[in-house]
Amino acid sequence: MAHQISLTVNGKQQQLEVEARDLLVDVLREKCRLTGTHVGCDTSSCGACVVEVDGLSVKSCTLTAVQADGGSVLTVEGLAGSDGLHPIQEGFKEEHGLQCGFCTPGMIMTAKDLLARNPNPTEHEIREALEGNFCRCTGYHNIVRSIQYAAAKMRGETPVSAS
Amino acid sequence: MSKYIGKSIKRVEDKRFLTGKGNYTDDMVLPQQTYAYIVRSPYAHAKVNGIDISEAQKASGVVAVFTGKDIPESIAGVPAGWQVNFKNGDIMKEPPHPLLIRDKARHIGDAVAVVIAESKAEAKDAAELVEVDWEELDAVTDPRAAAQEGAPLVHEDCPHNMCFDWELGNPKEEVDAAIAAAHHVTSLEFVNQRMIPNAMEPRSAIGHYETARDYYTLYTSSQNPHLIRLLMCAFVLGLPEHKVRVVAPDVGGGFGSKIFHYTEEALVIWASKQIERPVKWTAERSESFMTDAHGRDHVSEAKMGFDKAGNITALRVNTYANLGAYISTFAPAVPTYLHGTLLQGLYTTPKINVDVTATFTHTNAVDAYRGAGRPEATYLLERLLDLAALEMDRDPAELRKQNFIPAFDGVTEPGYQTQVALQYDSGDYHAVLDRGLEMVGYQDFRKEQAEAAKNGKYLGIGFSTYIEACGIAPSAVVGALGARAGLYESAQVRVQPTGKVSVYSGSHSHGQGHETTFAQVVADKLGIALEDVEIVHGDSESVAFGMGTYGSRSLAVGGSAIVKSIDKVLEKGAKIAAHKLEAQVDDLEYAEGKWTVKGTDRSIAFGDVSLTAYVPHDYPEGLEPGLDFSSFYDPANFTYPFGCHIAVVEIDPETGKVALKRFVAVDDVGNVINPMIVDGQIHGGLAQGIGQALFEGAIYDDYGQLINGSYMDYCMPRADDFPSFEIDRTTTPCPHNPLGVKGAGEAGCIGSTPAVVNAVIDALWKNGHQVKDIRMPLIPERVWNAMQS
Repeated sequence: MAHQISLTVNGKQQQLEVEARDLLVDVLREKCRLTGTHVGCDTSSCGACVVEVDGLSVKSCTLTAVQADGGSVLTVEGLAGSDGLHPIQEGFKEEHGLQCGFCTPGMIMTAKDLLARNPNPTEHEIREALEGNFCRCTGYHNIVRSIQYAAAKMRGETPVSAS
Repeated sequence: MSKYIGKSIKRVEDKRFLTGKGNYTDDMVLPQQTYAYIVRSPYAHAKVNGIDISEAQKASGVVAVFTGKDIPESIAGVPAGWQVNFKNGDIMKEPPHPLLIRDKARHIGDAVAVVIAESKAEAKDAAELVEVDWEELDAVTDPRAAAQEGAPLVHEDCPHNMCFDWELGNPKEEVDAAIAAAHHVTSLEFVNQRMIPNAMEPRSAIGHYETARDYYTLYTSSQNPHLIRLLMCAFVLGLPEHKVRVVAPDVGGGFGSKIFHYTEEALVIWASKQIERPVKWTAERSESFMTDAHGRDHVSEAKMGFDKAGNITALRVNTYANLGAYISTFAPAVPTYLHGTLLQGLYTTPKINVDVTATFTHTNAVDAYRGAGRPEATYLLERLLDLAALEMDRDPAELRKQNFIPAFDGVTEPGYQTQVALQYDSGDYHAVLDRGLEMVGYQDFRKEQAEAAKNGKYLGIGFSTYIEACGIAPSAVVGALGARAGLYESAQVRVQPTGKVSVYSGSHSHGQGHETTFAQVVADKLGIALEDVEIVHGDSESVAFGMGTYGSRSLAVGGSAIVKSIDKVLEKGAKIAAHKLEAQVDDLEYAEGKWTVKGTDRSIAFGDVSLTAYVPHDYPEGLEPGLDFSSFYDPANFTYPFGCHIAVVEIDPETGKVALKRFVAVDDVGNVINPMIVDGQIHGGLAQGIGQALFEGAIYDDYGQLINGSYMDYCMPRADDFPSFEIDRTTTPCPHNPLGVKGAGEAGCIGSTPAVVNAVIDALWKNGHQVKDIRMPLIPERVWNAMQS
């Protein structure tokens, strides 16, 4: 049975027709055509699908679209303004925090959530915050550095690049 | 002057990935696209007594349902790309790997039917309605058990489940005699467990047949689109190659698992022709677990002999290699030419013999996984070295140094000829170990360790000094070894009229950063800005041909092909420049993007020459217009990166949990174009190698069920499992390719695994437990049990 839902996605309000079982991630990818949010598993383990719903980070494969009805969703596509990069995106570029790029949107959205709660995390806190996000390319080493870079930048400090 | 080479240039490809604008196969939607869902066997070994698709056909949104019977007999299945012969000269057994099985399932996940529908959900719903009458049969999953009398057969015409047996090195009798005469023999049985590659992007393929122009396009998450096209056209579907385009767009990691030609690729192309609409298939993660080609899975017995002084006198290795139920594309090469040939390691061992038996089992196919054969060889050697040091009460670093091949540059001194067929190109093995010891603070650590042991604290240090072989070549040699393809690479450098440069490479980037590294090479060689270079890859319609990316080959082989084409551009450009400058070619020099008459200020810029090449009004007589060159580069030899990895661990005596405290890696990958990218490759490799040591491993039960086929059960390494890696490198250029590069993609994964296990064993010995081996992964239960001995 089809349901009408209203979602604000990256600031734009949309009326969508979805099935009750449709996952938020599938609606974002297929109906909104925002394919930056990825599906890397079927057990809510990998974190490639992390988005922000009403200010909280969520694995969008664990939420049905109807559960998000009336909510405001921020995906990686909506993170930066029309030009340039968000400081977290910049951190990932400066510190080579991505290789194949598949886990990257989820990593970035998870980092955003961490830095909102903890603007000055230790390396250990960053590593723990990434527990729900898998990366197979980077060994996490440069992802940690990327988030440290972003944290410094967002605190208004000058990030010291490692490379 | 290098403006770009050797610099950590930030990646030009990053922006699209950072902003969610990457274009992976599953991101694409073609007009009229349908969705395929594959019905897979829930049994490892079962007869198909019947399939009823009638309910599925009637389900909502279903376009078509196909079973094996719908596919013509002429389409036998996907082929093997490498042939290894039995010791007696017979050709290896090569049973077909059908697109959809007809009579029998041979592993969990074997494909039995495909449902195609208007939506993914409808395809999946309808797949539930496909009724298969299965008759379960006994299964065998262990490669050694499979070879025993009476083991269930995977293929009726493959006795003892043997695909081939194979031997390399010195005569067995000589090696056995040397071991019998040895002062000390270290022997061990190794299980190099099966790994699941787990690229974060699940495999995906879209087949698109266009009736009006009788043309096929395959979009696929592949590391080598051209090879897929060749195999699929010539050996699977019998399609004319010029009517088939294969595109591998952005690909979310491979690690080997996306090298191979998979049945699903041919299936979506075939099905698209049947229904005359595009067909998309994307693996769910559980399908990835079941059907992405796995890695490793060797069982080996090894003996290493030493004389009284500690010199290695002989090595004998007996390996059973699990191929799974079918031969994946390069599978036969992995336990043989990528494993047996690496058993010289960094050591002067005078007698080596390796014997390999490759068997079929009721498991998913096994093929190259990051390192492919070389990690298995390194694991054997490096575990034996550290264990021998413990047994003989020698220092493991000193024992290695004593046995190292002396340094050689491959230019003023010849390469090093091994006992197992290879000739190493260049190396300085003491240098990497010395640097590693310095970084880890070895002497101080040993003191700290001894103090800790007095307090019941389990600290351990483990070494691994490895060598690997990359960019395997030349084609004639690998052909003689059984490769059914050449292992060269192609590159086209097209200078546009305005002096901007498009480069078409047969290599494929799925995380390695070719769009940056290759552009650095091109920009420096041509003396132009990096922004003026575009690297194009992954599309058979724009790139003439390619052998793809695997085996750490892209820069050594693909980069060399680019350099060859640049040389041709500069040679022709010089003729045009000489004409315009009214000088002789020999009187010109090229630097910083312009040709100058030596000793004068008369010069012409690259862009003016390129414009002249395309607007040839005032032009050398007899010279063709245009500035566009293609090259194929077939290397003279493999390249041989090497390095030293050192792990420091602490074991919790209460639980057996291993904490990796430090990891030091000194790798020599030859010259480096982009240090930042090379470091990233090393980091990722380390995590995968350490993952094998501590966390990962596929588990099939006795029925052939994959019992940890999801992220809830298979332990993927996470960020908080690792310390910050401490890495450095030495630089020994490769003497036989124009960039002097060796390859960096697999080094981290090859060296790291034994270092971690050695460190755990060391910690146990230093605390009174003389344990020779713990099976990987070293989960707390296994370590704790070992501590009770």
